[in-house]
Amino acid sequence: MKEESMATRRKVIQRMLEGAVFLGGGGLLWGNSIKTNSKSDYVLRPPGALKERSFLKACIKCGQCVEACPYDTLKLAQAGDGIANGTPYFEPRTIPCQLCPDMPCTAVCPSGALDLKNLSEEEKPADIMNSKMGLAVIHKESCLAYWGIRCEACYRACPLIGEAITLNYEINERTGKHAKLLPIVHSDVCTGCGVCEHACVVEKAAVFVLPLNKATGEVADHYIKSWDKSDEDRINENVKVADDDKDIESAIDYLNDDDLINE
Amino acid sequence: MKLARRDFLKSSAAIAAAAAVGVAIPQTLKAQAKKAEKGWKWDKAVCRFCGTGCGIMIATKNDKILAVKGDPLAPVNRGLNCIKGYFNAKIMYGADRLKKPLLRVDDNGNFSKQGKFKTVSWERAFDEMETRIKATIKELGPTGIGIFGSGQHTIMEGYAAVKLIKAGFRSNNIDPNARHCMASAVAGFIQTFGIDEPAGNYDDMEITDTVVTWGANMAEMHPILWSRITENKLSHPERTKVVNLTTYTNRTSDLADIEIVFKPNTDLAIWNYIANEIVYNQPESIDWEFVKKYTVFATGFVDIGYGMRKPDHAKFSDKEKETVRHEVAKKLSGDEGKSLAYLGYKEGDVMEMTHRAKAKNHWIIGYEDFKKALKPYDLDFVANIAKGDPDESMEDFKKKLKALADLYIEKGRKICSYWTMGFNQHTRGTWVNEQAYMVHLLLGKQSKPGNGAFSLTGQPSACGTAREVGTFAHRLPADLLVANPKHRDFSEKIWKIPAGTLNPKNGSHVMKIHRDLEDGLIKFAWITVCNPYQNSANANHWIKAARTMDNFIVCSDAYPGISAKVSDLILPSSMIYEKWGAFGNAERRTQHWIQQVTPVGDSMSDTWQFVELAKRFKLSEVWGTQKVPGIEGGLPDVMEGAKAMGYSPDDTLYDVLFANEHAKKFAWPDPVGEGRLNTEAEGDKRDVIGSDGKPFKGYGFFLQKYIWEEYREFGLGHAHDLAPFDAYHSCRGLKWPVVDGKETLWRFNSDYDVYAKKANTGPFAFYGKALKNMPQGSLSKPDMSKPKVDLSNKAKIFFRPYMEAPEIPNKEYPYWLCTGRVLEHWHSGTMTMRVPELYRAVPEALCYIHPKDAAKQGLVEGDLVWVESRRGRVKAHIETRGRNRVPRGLVYVPWFDEKVFINKLCLDATCPISKETDFKKCAIKITKA
Repeated sequence: MKEESMATRRKVIQRMLEGAVFLGGGGLLWGNSIKTNSKSDYVLRPPGALKERSFLKACIKCGQCVEACPYDTLKLAQAGDGIANGTPYFEPRTIPCQLCPDMPCTAVCPSGALDLKNLSEEEKPADIMNSKMGLAVIHKESCLAYWGIRCEACYRACPLIGEAITLNYEINERTGKHAKLLPIVHSDVCTGCGVCEHACVVEKAAVFVLPLNKATGEVADHYIKSWDKSDEDRINENVKVADDDKDIESAIDYLNDDDLINE
Repeated sequence: MKLARRDFLKSSAAIAAAAAVGVAIPQTLKAQAKKAEKGWKWDKAVCRFCGTGCGIMIATKNDKILAVKGDPLAPVNRGLNCIKGYFNAKIMYGADRLKKPLLRVDDNGNFSKQGKFKTVSWERAFDEMETRIKATIKELGPTGIGIFGSGQHTIMEGYAAVKLIKAGFRSNNIDPNARHCMASAVAGFIQTFGIDEPAGNYDDMEITDTVVTWGANMAEMHPILWSRITENKLSHPERTKVVNLTTYTNRTSDLADIEIVFKPNTDLAIWNYIANEIVYNQPESIDWEFVKKYTVFATGFVDIGYGMRKPDHAKFSDKEKETVRHEVAKKLSGDEGKSLAYLGYKEGDVMEMTHRAKAKNHWIIGYEDFKKALKPYDLDFVANIAKGDPDESMEDFKKKLKALADLYIEKGRKICSYWTMGFNQHTRGTWVNEQAYMVHLLLGKQSKPGNGAFSLTGQPSACGTAREVGTFAHRLPADLLVANPKHRDFSEKIWKIPAGTLNPKNGSHVMKIHRDLEDGLIKFAWITVCNPYQNSANANHWIKAARTMDNFIVCSDAYPGISAKVSDLILPSSMIYEKWGAFGNAERRTQHWIQQVTPVGDSMSDTWQFVELAKRFKLSEVWGTQKVPGIEGGLPDVMEGAKAMGYSPDDTLYDVLFANEHAKKFAWPDPVGEGRLNTEAEGDKRDVIGSDGKPFKGYGFFLQKYIWEEYREFGLGHAHDLAPFDAYHSCRGLKWPVVDGKETLWRFNSDYDVYAKKANTGPFAFYGKALKNMPQGSLSKPDMSKPKVDLSNKAKIFFRPYMEAPEIPNKEYPYWLCTGRVLEHWHSGTMTMRVPELYRAVPEALCYIHPKDAAKQGLVEGDLVWVESRRGRVKAHIETRGRNRVPRGLVYVPWFDEKVFINKLCLDATCPISKETDFKKCAIKITKA
């Protein structure tokens, strides 16, 4: 319900904006650009792509990655797609990325928009499994496994089965004698290939890939998990130092305010 | 390489698209449902797919199926389903559903083996069948015809088929696809207990402390049962242990405390290791009171071949002969030299297969002999031959084997062994079934709640129809045998046919029907509710025989698959919810359903097809003297007997077998089906033009109820008791034997089973009647000078040795090939590949290979390769990751995908006792395509 009303509100705002700009004379152009922005925010790029902003700058729209893709996964954006013209992208529900170990699309990129370096960790050779094209997200309410149905088609389809998607077991309290086998996505491993989204058997996939920035949260560096040693790596050296004079002034101001007595 | 990858996918995708078009119907229905008032009606039914037997509810409106839901009252699944079950509503409405009979005809409209399929009338279809059957019987006798039956036949269909071919045509050539799936379990039950089917039930899954899966990937193949085992493990995480014995890592390993990856065929050695550990190291664990009172020790011959044809067969290629020569003689390996030393063999000896025809013979031995034979199977010996993963350390593997044995042996620990195809599809499948009972019986852990060895059936009515009705070449209903004169006599009386009508000679099992077609011994074959040309090993032979030889193949099906493609006549069949029916699941639970909707097109039920064919044959045409190869003088003329029973020579098989006086007493309408559809009884709104060229208006009586009630007569009072027809329509199935309205939970246990109690032998009675008067002997042979032993109420503890598979990898064919299924698709995929969602989830069969093996051959993930055996080759994409993780040296390819026709590669070797094919072991090579 909540999501629906949010979506409606968004639409209303969008329509208002479109209307307002139309009144201003540049309506068509503006309306399109808003649509473009919302769709391009959710676009999935090939393995090894730079961050979206840099990617758009670097990509020379040559189409070689699309040509190299052996599964016809990659497509070139065309006018009206709502994605920057000529850039490569894929839609997993139609054809997911098959994670070719030879990375033909990344390897062929002449501009560095797709870069094998983005697929290598710690000086090791590039590995397609290091891709971060996006992150799979599960909508529990429409996921059959969360109903108790023995599905888990996404889990078995996952190229990193048991790593990117694992199963959690939970007793089905309603029947009392069955267990639910619940798929869970692990964001540190998930490549965003979307094979899970493609395999999902419900009408509109209950597991789907979002770009990383849309599917992830972020925590600040002032609190560190005591139970996870590596979490300390998050501490940033440049701790903000308080501005002495200013702070004192504001404290003094506060203290000097006689508001308590006047009440 | 890359182009090949792309092209391959495209061709599959094109098929997907075609398939997807038709399945738009439920969408339309959905829209209709929204428009109209909520006027749909729910009724109970059973899932179409596996042997678990989940209950479902079906919503119908305006004579269409709108939706399904799991039946919350069904004890098996309590409202849940797997994703195949989730799509039950969609399987009936594929675009290419067969709607009219199709015949191969030439330009003039005459039948021609080389002709193209054209639509014909039902009348023409039956004309062709009649002509071909009559010509075949004239030329070859009744054994010239055969039926490929099914573990997916409803009980009534299976019964009608058996009655028609055995009582009517006097041929025993009917055998189900269930032969491929659980014949070894049947033989194991009969040899051990004298009666078929498991003692326990699904409640064991909650009660037990230990689940051991042997060649059963339950997580995928019995999804709902697996969720019950998972619940047990979750509820008792410390106490409950799960062990997965397999030849490759699969999803069942996810839950397992111990995963044991063993080398193919060495399950035989692992069981003997457990027995060795019991007998030599922990003899105090033997339940002697139980063993002495309720069991005897037994063994049989080992030089029994591998169920193949002899190598001199004209149609074998030279390559095939490299393997087939083992059928007559085999040079023993080092391991076999040790395991068969008790018979005086040693490494390098050539074992002549002298007892091929006596494979099932066995005799009683003493405990000391039993113990002596087990001597070689200590931990070192067995670990050495059984370790299946070359990358695992021997020490780890030994620890696991020891832990497995200790779980079985631990006093007070309840334990269940479960198996499916890994066990049954095995050239020593009967043996390995018997070995499971060996261990359970030694420990007294059998036929008790939470304790027992349980064979999981694959198909929805492999138990209910194939086994209980007896649609096998050697059986009659309720465990009776065609070779037993008393059983034939009993059956002839129930069927009201003259004495001597039934053919006393066992018919051809599934592989032999194929072989007989290739040898010209069968010239008419009828395929019903199965896909034998996709599901049989060494398929190239059988396809060639069907397409190029003088024969006539009929295929009744709902969708066109490989079998329809190689046939000469295709008959459109009604699907499950378009007819009344009943299935029996793996825990002996029989479940009925009512016809929910009018069938699609002009399709008619398989029962109707059998009954209509019966109209075309007069008694005088089939019950005179008939020649039968192997029976001197052939089958007798029984027309005098028929006349004495009041039949006229001009009566048809329909009059006698299906529309007799008894049948007509079952009136329609009947209160149990008030207001319901019954196409057989009263026709339906389509007025299908039937076999006589006139609209089919129904038989006028309740055919299915008549069949059920007559079928029941076979088992009543013989520990196969079923409840009356109506009883099943007011409950969620009953586990037979059903005595005085009560089902039986644990058979052979006097606390639960009235037959065991009646035997009056204390807490247990293994009361099965078959093979209970046996000779005595030594480990090597029976001693006929000694008297036979009466084994009433006893079970047998068999000793069976380890032997290798007939074809093992070598330099030229370096990999084992194992085949099997996936959760998403049912068998050959004729239904599930037409559900777009399931097709999209798993669109093609992949060749699972170890990454190091792939790398060694310069292959990368997704490469297209040729997978090739001595018998055939197919192209497939390799998968080095994913759901199945194979050890180095083994590849796994599922068989659901007709584009990756893996059965062209498989070896048609069978267990010589059960005749079940071993689809799990042959040798292959892989090359880049």
